[in-house]
Amino acid sequence: MLETVFFYAFAALTLAGAILTVTMRSAVHCAIALISSLAGVAGLYLLQHAEFLFAVQIVLYIGGVMVLFLFVIMLVNLDAAARERQFHRHWLAALACLAGTGALVALFLTRGAESFKLGAPAAEAAPGAGNIETLSMLLFREYLVPFELASLLLLVAIVGGVMMAKKRI
Amino acid sequence: MLAPITTGHYLVLSAALLLIGAVGILMRRNVVVIMMSIELILNAVNINLVAFDKYLHKLNGQIFAIFVITVAVAEAAVGLGILIALFRNKETVLVDEIDLLKW
Repeated sequence: MLETVFFYAFAALTLAGAILTVTMRSAVHCAIALISSLAGVAGLYLLQHAEFLFAVQIVLYIGGVMVLFLFVIMLVNLDAAARERQFHRHWLAALACLAGTGALVALFLTRGAESFKLGAPAAEAAPGAGNIETLSMLLFREYLVPFELASLLLLVAIVGGVMMAKKRI
Repeated sequence: MLAPITTGHYLVLSAALLLIGAVGILMRRNVVVIMMSIELILNAVNINLVAFDKYLHKLNGQIFAIFVITVAVAEAAVGLGILIALFRNKETVLVDEIDLLKW
């Protein structure tokens, strides 16, 4: 019961933030709306017992990426862009996307949980270690090579970001 | 009484978020907002991964979500660097005014 209420609250926060992100005129307002949307997604992670992803979402997305976005919005003069027309004239593609969303939501509302034919749910795992402990075991054992590759990717991203933002290359 | 939340609820939410992000990419002219829409799409994917994870009682999807977040952060850092370089050269952030490669 309480979980249902929290799900709808976080889902409303996520979707309202996303819609405002896409429609607001000023880029700063878009960024603020995106922060609320990301916070809603973090709440959804917590509802699904993904505590580590919840912390990562708050620290990395809201604390890191969004601050980066706001810095760039300050560095780049967006006042002139805010006075311009904000939208392309690709109404057909956007209407197709909205019709897809509407059809999906309508199907789900009419047919309920049976609209997705998922297999039988797996057996509950034995309650043991917490989320972070199990996750780190998996990450540092089975997924060690991708983990190291991700560090390489981050190194390349650091160098690339510095090179791109430098005045004289 | 409210019905309990199933995996389908999360899937519908994630699809809606993805399509809102797609509309943002297709419709907006401002590069910064287009990059924010890309972040929305990546978040929709993460919701999906975590929802199936909860359904299957596994944690591999959460590992995938961590990698998706890593790639999203790298993309944002490099993309915003490119944006600064672009603004320095072209003095605009509207995508349809950046048409050097257009025939």
